[in-house]
Amino acid sequence: MARSYGYFPGCSLKGTGRAYEESLLTLFRVLDLPLAELDDWNCCGATSYMAIDETAAFGLAARNLALAQMAGQQDLLAPCSACYLVLRKTQDYVGRYPAIAQEVNTALGNGNLKILNSVRVRHPLEVLYMDVGTRRLSEKMQRTWHGGPVACYYGCQMVRPYTEVDRAFNPTRMDELLAAVKVPTVDYSLKTKCCGGSLTGTTHSVGVELNRILLKEAVRKGAQAIVTVCPLCQYNLDAYQSEIRRITREHIEMPILYFTQILGWALGGDIGSLGLKRAISGRKTIGQWFTETRVEKEAYA
Amino acid sequence: MPDRNPVRIGVYTCHCGTNIAATVDVKALAEFAAALPGVVVSREYKYMCSDPGQDLIRHDIRDHDLNRIVVASCSPHLHEHTFRTALKVGGLNPYYFHMVNIREQASWVHENKAQATRKAKDLVRAAVCRVALHEPLERGRVAIHPDVLVLGGGIAGIHAALTLANAGKHVYLVEKEPTIGGHMAKFDKTFPTLDCAACILTPKMSAVRSHPNITLLTYSEVTKVDGYVGNYKITVLRHPRYIDEDLCAGCLECLEACVYKQAKVPDEFNMGLGKRKPIYIPFPQAVPQVPVIDPETCIQFKSGKCKKTCIEACGERHAINLQAEATTQEIEVGTVILATGFRAFDAARAPGYGYGRYPNVYAALEVERMVNASGPTAGEVILRDGRRPQAVGIIHCVGSRDENTNRWCSRVCCMYSLKLAHLIKEHTGAEVFNFYIDIRTPGKGFEEFYQKLLTERVHFIRGRVAEVTDWVFDPSEDGKLVIRVEDTLAGFVRRIPVDMVVLATGLEPRADAPEVRRLFNISCASEGFFLERHPKLAPVNTFTDGVFLAGCCQGPKDIPDTVAQAGAAAAEALALIDAGYVETEPNTARVIEEICCGCKTCNSMCPYHAISFVGEIHKSRINEVLCKGCGTCVAACPSGAIRQNLFEDDQIYAEIEGILTHA
Repeated sequence: MARSYGYFPGCSLKGTGRAYEESLLTLFRVLDLPLAELDDWNCCGATSYMAIDETAAFGLAARNLALAQMAGQQDLLAPCSACYLVLRKTQDYVGRYPAIAQEVNTALGNGNLKILNSVRVRHPLEVLYMDVGTRRLSEKMQRTWHGGPVACYYGCQMVRPYTEVDRAFNPTRMDELLAAVKVPTVDYSLKTKCCGGSLTGTTHSVGVELNRILLKEAVRKGAQAIVTVCPLCQYNLDAYQSEIRRITREHIEMPILYFTQILGWALGGDIGSLGLKRAISGRKTIGQWFTETRVEKEAYA
Repeated sequence: MPDRNPVRIGVYTCHCGTNIAATVDVKALAEFAAALPGVVVSREYKYMCSDPGQDLIRHDIRDHDLNRIVVASCSPHLHEHTFRTALKVGGLNPYYFHMVNIREQASWVHENKAQATRKAKDLVRAAVCRVALHEPLERGRVAIHPDVLVLGGGIAGIHAALTLANAGKHVYLVEKEPTIGGHMAKFDKTFPTLDCAACILTPKMSAVRSHPNITLLTYSEVTKVDGYVGNYKITVLRHPRYIDEDLCAGCLECLEACVYKQAKVPDEFNMGLGKRKPIYIPFPQAVPQVPVIDPETCIQFKSGKCKKTCIEACGERHAINLQAEATTQEIEVGTVILATGFRAFDAARAPGYGYGRYPNVYAALEVERMVNASGPTAGEVILRDGRRPQAVGIIHCVGSRDENTNRWCSRVCCMYSLKLAHLIKEHTGAEVFNFYIDIRTPGKGFEEFYQKLLTERVHFIRGRVAEVTDWVFDPSEDGKLVIRVEDTLAGFVRRIPVDMVVLATGLEPRADAPEVRRLFNISCASEGFFLERHPKLAPVNTFTDGVFLAGCCQGPKDIPDTVAQAGAAAAEALALIDAGYVETEPNTARVIEEICCGCKTCNSMCPYHAISFVGEIHKSRINEVLCKGCGTCVAACPSGAIRQNLFEDDQIYAEIEGILTHA
């Protein structure tokens, strides 16, 4: 039995990103990696909070980190890029600026908590790459991909400014993980460009245009689906495809998947527990791709 | 104190124009000094360093029978030598002197006149207390071996070697590569005159080969350096080229005969764009004109099953010896010129520009080879698929002026980018875009060259390029590389589609610079280039006597500056050689053998490797020639067995007492 990872779902994985949580839990189960959801977690303090009141954002993030530390966790898994970034940034700033550390710890002190920066904030992509490794994924592969090539999309927050998950320019670890289970990927130059984030809600037309660019380039490169590591990216790319078709009269329709869905499926996870039915776009394609085909004998050898 | 008592001190306060006099009350200071014990004469004067100023000292020595002198003026770095000479001319031992720096340490760094004056008084009192205890010292002399080592056979090393050889000195020119020529041999044209690099370089290379005063050691490295100024013992490791330089006639028939009918190995000289055989000569004008065998790719070395057609072709000459091994050679020289050059920035370290990711992104040196008639494409500027580019973007400052990589300006990239823009336009007729932060053209004829380019319809866009990408926004960009940049003159973000991207990579220290630095015991500046002794007044000297710098190992520079510096380094070496000897400072440390317990603590502390351990008597000993008087060993010795001239304990205590005795 491997050691367990602390798990911080954040609001998205319990809401619009439930497919992410479901597939993540399935994938970690087939890999025999126990996840322990953090007890009494709260909002991570991400983007909107950080822009308006930095101290409050640090405080919120720090409480989650302190709880993980109290629970004796060495690693805290944050699957959402926004959560990952704000938790990672809080650790960085608390470590670097004594004034922030003091402010944060004063606030935490009211709940008898203290941040020690002993917990490692981690993203599942990095855990799979570093702790599991492509070789083990290949060995554990159970199903052969018969879908089309996919574009790996990392988004902007995952690799910048912190580069523990992957390189800031041209990250490739998701591509390598998918290649390990024989899923073809395309060279997608927009892999770290902005998905629009919350702009789709605030300055809608700008947000949608950014998504149009991402989708169109993926099509041009021959991808039939985009694979994401972040619930906000996935939602933006998935939800506005019909609107983009209406505005541009271009036929764009493709599944927007989580990398955990593909890996979970390839490693033989229960197809019904991968959140695949929650998709908005490309549902027909998803139905065709994610079936019960087993690895053929020669391919397995 | 063995000689003339009592002590009779003269104190001279300098105004340095208003540099000192504006902030320090020089009259009050002179009056104060006059009352100090042992002071016989105290004067203030506008410029002590002037001839009349020095005469004051000389006359006072004669008229007042002075035997100690204190001058309160500027830094000893500037005029200590001047005043010591004045003492010598006046008939005193030059070390009966102490200099007080009341400019850099008082007037320049303070605003309050009263406080600055008080500080100057404290400093002068300290000097007066100390100088009374000074003892006469003599400078030593070391003979200079007339031979010179020049390390590095690029244009800097070649020019330095030829200058010295023409002056009748014997030069060992050591080069790591199989040929001399360095980076310059790879260039096509040189800016701003556009004369052919090979045409001006190869005559000098041939001259090196045939010069009776030059011993050329290519494919060789320095592995050990012993000795000191005037008397260096250098160990040179000679890699085996498997072809005997003395027996080879340079007919190159072995190249033809190689079992590899087609060249298959990426060719280093052509930046991997061309191919060579396992037995090769780097380029047609290589010096020496002797092939080299690369054991990594030669079939005989890899499997031992080659027909060895090369040996057959060589026939009676028997120049090829596959059993050859590395040899070492010891040479003795008096001076060293380091001309080890630079390394071009690895463009892959600026990942946003797609080098190594998009095939049609090139580093400047690759394009330099492409435009060259003897290069891999015979002078054609073509893309990897053989097409001729219709639009080319040249991105400046790749690996220069960049917080993420190198912060310095590499000085040559603006000009070579302009040159490449001109050549690419000439060769292809393509639209050429330059993306720049600033255009820097400070050399002779450089600005005129830039103006000429502006009339050649080359585009200039001011802005640091954000990225080179292949994503398409507009169908016209399909199949192109798109350069995304904020045009800071137009004030908006632009997308410029091009077929070819040239990255103007900067210059950085060679990877082996730290190793060379350690070997020759010199310093590197923070960015890793070798450090000159003084940025303005000793630009080719190092802090190690007898070791000089030339070319880009000291910092990025163009060919004219490199050649000028190489000439200067040669002149500095000549000055030492022709003097025949160097004088050494007497402020060295010495071991009092009766006290030394042989613990060796000092041995490893000496940064100049001046201390050795004499096993027979179980004591440490300091080589006075190597000792720079840093005092590290004096402080480190647990027995107090090391003493240093001019820094004797009583002198230092007297100085401290002087500075702490407030009037």
